[in-house]
Amino acid sequence: MEYFIELLFSGLTRGSIYALIALGYTMVYGIIGLINFAHGEMYMIGAFTALIVSTVLSIHGLPLPAILILTGLAAAVWAGAYGYTVERLAYRPLRNAPRLSPLISAIGMSIFLQNYVLLAQTSDFQPFPALIPDVAFLEPYAAIIGSTDLMILIVSALTMGLLTLGIKFTRIGKAMRATAQDQKMALLVGINVDRIISFTFVIGAALAAIGGLLIASHIGQINFFIGFIAGIKAFTAAVLGGIGSIPGAVLGSFILGLTESFATGYVSSDYEDVFAFSLLVLILIFRPAGLLGKATLEKV
Amino acid sequence: MALLTRTDLRQALLTGLWFMFLTFPLLVIKVNPIEHTVTWRWANMLWVGVASSGIVLACRLVRARRTARQERIRLGMEQTAKGWNPSVLRQPVFYVPLLGAGGVFFLAFPALFSTYQVNIMTTALMYVILGLGLNIVVGVAGLLDLGYVAFYAVGAYAYGLLHLHFGLGFWTVLPLGGLLGALFGLLLGFSVLRLRGDYLAIVTLGFGEIIRLVLENWSEFSRGPSGIANIARPGLFGIDMSLDASIIYLYYLMIGMVLCTVFVVNRLQNSRIGRAWYALREDEIACQAMGIDKARTKLTAFALGATWAGMAGVFFAAKTTFINPASFTFLESAIILCIVVLGGMGSIAGVIIGALILILLPEYLRAVADYRMLAFGAVLVVMMIVRPQGIVATVRRTYTSSR
Repeated sequence: MEYFIELLFSGLTRGSIYALIALGYTMVYGIIGLINFAHGEMYMIGAFTALIVSTVLSIHGLPLPAILILTGLAAAVWAGAYGYTVERLAYRPLRNAPRLSPLISAIGMSIFLQNYVLLAQTSDFQPFPALIPDVAFLEPYAAIIGSTDLMILIVSALTMGLLTLGIKFTRIGKAMRATAQDQKMALLVGINVDRIISFTFVIGAALAAIGGLLIASHIGQINFFIGFIAGIKAFTAAVLGGIGSIPGAVLGSFILGLTESFATGYVSSDYEDVFAFSLLVLILIFRPAGLLGKATLEKV
Repeated sequence: MALLTRTDLRQALLTGLWFMFLTFPLLVIKVNPIEHTVTWRWANMLWVGVASSGIVLACRLVRARRTARQERIRLGMEQTAKGWNPSVLRQPVFYVPLLGAGGVFFLAFPALFSTYQVNIMTTALMYVILGLGLNIVVGVAGLLDLGYVAFYAVGAYAYGLLHLHFGLGFWTVLPLGGLLGALFGLLLGFSVLRLRGDYLAIVTLGFGEIIRLVLENWSEFSRGPSGIANIARPGLFGIDMSLDASIIYLYYLMIGMVLCTVFVVNRLQNSRIGRAWYALREDEIACQAMGIDKARTKLTAFALGATWAGMAGVFFAAKTTFINPASFTFLESAIILCIVVLGGMGSIAGVIIGALILILLPEYLRAVADYRMLAFGAVLVVMMIVRPQGIVATVRRTYTSSR
């Protein structure tokens, strides 16, 4: 039973990280109808920025909570900047091109960013400092849920809550929903669609970067290639929930996280990634619209 | 310089500053988290600033000159200069000597250069075959396949395992590898029949990764990450050959294989099924309305594309005599895709040129070899924006009515 609860919590932790990344996919898809292949790299860049900033700050001897907050801010800001740049370079010039073109340029961008980090930093695994302090009251339950897990759950729940509220009530959130519904109409009512699309990329990248920071300090090491697998898994989660739907992405992420956690716990850990890929292939074949998504008919 | 206005200069400066900010943590700071030391590399920041401003200025200059020239043409001050038209290459006067020279060069290659060079050229030719195979799927039928390397792996492991367990030779396995590739192509094709665009791309990517992960983890079957060694090179009626001779022999086999591929792919593109692929690429719904069986057309595209990857895989196993799952990662698929995109989607000559450029250039420019994958990524982005049709654009076959 204890093993079951341990797996349950580890699944929830995984799920909430996937959710932070999956939200970026689903928001971008909701707005421009394209999958941002370079999204996994935002997560990786976030983790690397966090590593650099936190190491520099800790050398200067700042207290741990300050480091954590500043690192989180820096990771979100720079990943957001990368998200903005990727959109400007690889997506905006191709807005009216055939569908294959932005797809290929996004894949190119993803390969470019991976190798950019590889060359600028290192190809080896880098140890990531434990930024999240151990909490005393969790001591008796340490075997079941660590303080990092708790922190991940809290931070991701907070971020997702804020995002949902933001999209529902703020001006820019409303503009985002309008753009998602109908771009031409949004233009007509005076929404700067280009700016909204950029903003969506920035928000998505910043969320992914926060996910990157949390998971890196949970696992304890990063390298330039982590974005690839994480990106595919988060994408699986987004598709599972129904791409374009924000609650769907969260639901899909938790289902995927729990499935992976139980499958590796009870079946075998060798095929961890195969479970996710197989799940992805199965959903796309049997229910491409996802759990909460609407099936779209193509009109001629 | 008068062509550049003040806004251009300001834009260049701003872009430079933006990229300096953007690349600041990753490119300037390098930390060592174990020893807690930091290296500051400020020179990188300067380079990034100068380079990005320079690129912006260059782009603006080119654009300004183009508009200025168009303006002059409009006012009748300048004749419309005839641009270089790729269709001149279609005239026999041009392409016969070109092909002749190319043929002589490739035939005489082993006599002119060392075996090391021959080996590299063999690799490049292998990528030509892979590129031509992927070209059927991506370029002609418009189905973005990111897991193409899976079929390559299937071919390579077919030879490795059949040789290991049953002692089958290269010539027996070559058609088998092609068949197995086609079989896996059908398998993938069946599962993605209903998908298109982004979904198709990501499922094929997942498929490629599943094949690699299975090869890596199912040790009883594939010997896991340690791979299969001592695979026999292709034989020639049981004659014993020295290493050099067998490398040169393999080179000529590869030339033959490329010729065969070019012939078959060319015939396919102009056949009934080839035209169905083009139709499928342009518009799926209209294509079905014209009475083309979408499922069958997609399946043949996947199967025929995969056949070449399967055979190239057999060649790969025979060439390196050692295979392991690490040779079949997503990056390999990305390189093949890059070849097709750079050369020109749907264009056979383009794919050949693309493969030779992308495989040979990093080999001979050792200084840039580290930046190889970085450049591949950049090539994909830049080609899509600047020249989506590739280096050699396909000239669509036209039909004139005989009235």
